[in-house]
Amino acid sequence: MTNLIETVNLASSPADLVLHDRVHTSLYTDARLFDEELEKVFYSTWIWVAHASEIPDNGSYKSTYIGKQPVIVVRDRKKDVHVLLNRCRHRGATVCEHKKGKTNSFVCPYHGWSYALDGSLRGVPHPESYADCLDKGELPLVSLRVEQYNGMIFATFKDDIEPLVDFLGPAKKWIDLFMKQGAGYGVKVSGEHRFRFPGNWKIQLENTTDAYHFPLVHKSFLSSVDEQTLELFDFVKGPGYVEDLGNGHSVMVMIPDLVDLEANLDLPIPERFEALADELRAEGIEEEQVRRIVRAVGGSGFNLNLFPNVACSMAFFRVLQPVSVNETEIHHAVITMDGGPAVANRYRLRLHEHFQGPMGFGTPDDSEAWERVQKGAQAGTDLWIMLNRGLPGEKESEDGLISDVSAETGMRAAYQQWKKMMSA
Amino acid sequence: MNLELLNHVSAFIWQEADMLDHGDFDAWLALWAEKGTYIIPIDPNETDFENTLNYAYDDHHMRKLRVQRLIGGESISTSPRARTVRALSRFRVLGEEDGVVTVRCAQNLREFRKDVLKHYTADITFQLKREGECFKIQRKLIQLINSTDTLAGIGYIL
Ligand code: FES
Ligand SMILES: [Fe+2]
Repeated sequence: MTNLIETVNLASSPADLVLHDRVHTSLYTDARLFDEELEKVFYSTWIWVAHASEIPDNGSYKSTYIGKQPVIVVRDRKKDVHVLLNRCRHRGATVCEHKKGKTNSFVCPYHGWSYALDGSLRGVPHPESYADCLDKGELPLVSLRVEQYNGMIFATFKDDIEPLVDFLGPAKKWIDLFMKQGAGYGVKVSGEHRFRFPGNWKIQLENTTDAYHFPLVHKSFLSSVDEQTLELFDFVKGPGYVEDLGNGHSVMVMIPDLVDLEANLDLPIPERFEALADELRAEGIEEEQVRRIVRAVGGSGFNLNLFPNVACSMAFFRVLQPVSVNETEIHHAVITMDGGPAVANRYRLRLHEHFQGPMGFGTPDDSEAWERVQKGAQAGTDLWIMLNRGLPGEKESEDGLISDVSAETGMRAAYQQWKKMMSA
Repeated sequence: MNLELLNHVSAFIWQEADMLDHGDFDAWLALWAEKGTYIIPIDPNETDFENTLNYAYDDHHMRKLRVQRLIGGESISTSPRARTVRALSRFRVLGEEDGVVTVRCAQNLREFRKDVLKHYTADITFQLKREGECFKIQRKLIQLINSTDTLAGIGYIL
């Protein structure tokens, strides 16, 4: 018998598309691969969904996506965090359309089924028509597995994968270092810039540990800062490094002096922060704490890329969300000091506005470059994306592999994890 | 209704729009009061712009840098520069206090760059400080109707 429906097969298996030093262009362009990625990557590992500060109180919630599935991240009365599929168990309507807020329950607007903060089904209007057949206990909002590390909340559809801390592995110590920008106050997400670009999500994933592009793509940003800051950002020839941390995670240390924000507090205060330091002193804050805050305001000197969807980058969280094979949504969430001096937080906000977001001096240029990658990827059907930069100097390190600051080590790490997950 | 004032502020604001669309940036910078602020918030209900995250919160220094970025030829997202045409209408004078006129209007802006046509709609609220026969911009507040949604890169001055 002949098959009336053509079976769809990828020309090659995903494993053949990732070599040690290059990946095939179809990784950006093949819609079937994209669908497979949703299943094998986004629905099969730990996905970052929120920072704890985004849902501070009982009843605080945020709606977001895992892959293409809408979810709600919510803190219940006992302060436990739940990640619930945003889909009513009756006929499937979303139960929450706000980006964030505070509530006692989620009431579906279609027929009024109501759910508690932990997702359990509380009430059904006019239950008489169900007689006794409706077991409310069987129809809660679907709840995912949730684990946290140092304020970062992750969720997964899988009950059988390793605990979050094992998945993060050596990345944990970098998360701890990153959180030092709270300067002793809490780390708080205070809003985010959202934008979309017409390109594949992996193009942005690569970018987080790509120092190579910085002096070129961000020339106009560099022209807009003072001498000292310019020097600080001139890291491509510097002593920084990129390290593969396993499981697809990597760190790019641009400014080694700013790895530990609580070290070298007696270094001179940069010119651009002198006025801030004076204002903090005028508020009666002790010199040591003034220095700690000032160092924290500039952010950490590294980008930590956590596979597959979040980065801790200098002074913000960078979150990516795949939309389609050639569209990606990015959120740049600004970090402030919870309860810290308002003047310091204002500096943070203004620094963020300067570089990030659709009107920043940095992001639109990144976005344009990524867009060009997607467009260029249409040229030629059998070409490869080169990822061999920094290979000759790459060495084994305690946590994985290490090479110079503009090496493509971080991208190689991410693609090896992609290959592993896509071949599973 | 004070039609004379309405005419006066509309003419001023149209002139500002024309300067931006036609790249007359020195003249545009000169329209501003030294301490004027150019603000594009994210949250439509926000009023404390200084202490919250915006798309832009520019003082004079940042406005000059923004112009420089536009004309400097160093940025791949602003060269080629987007062509823009903005239509402003629905002017309403909200009040005047201490020589500062507050006026709100609607802006529809079309942007064309490379091969894409985009559209941004906003409420704009100006605070215009009387200076002799003319005005200086003390504050320009641009509230995009889709500010809470994802935007694309905006390489020009809204
Ligand atoms: S779909 Fe939610 S109550 Fe009917
Ligand atoms: Fe960049």
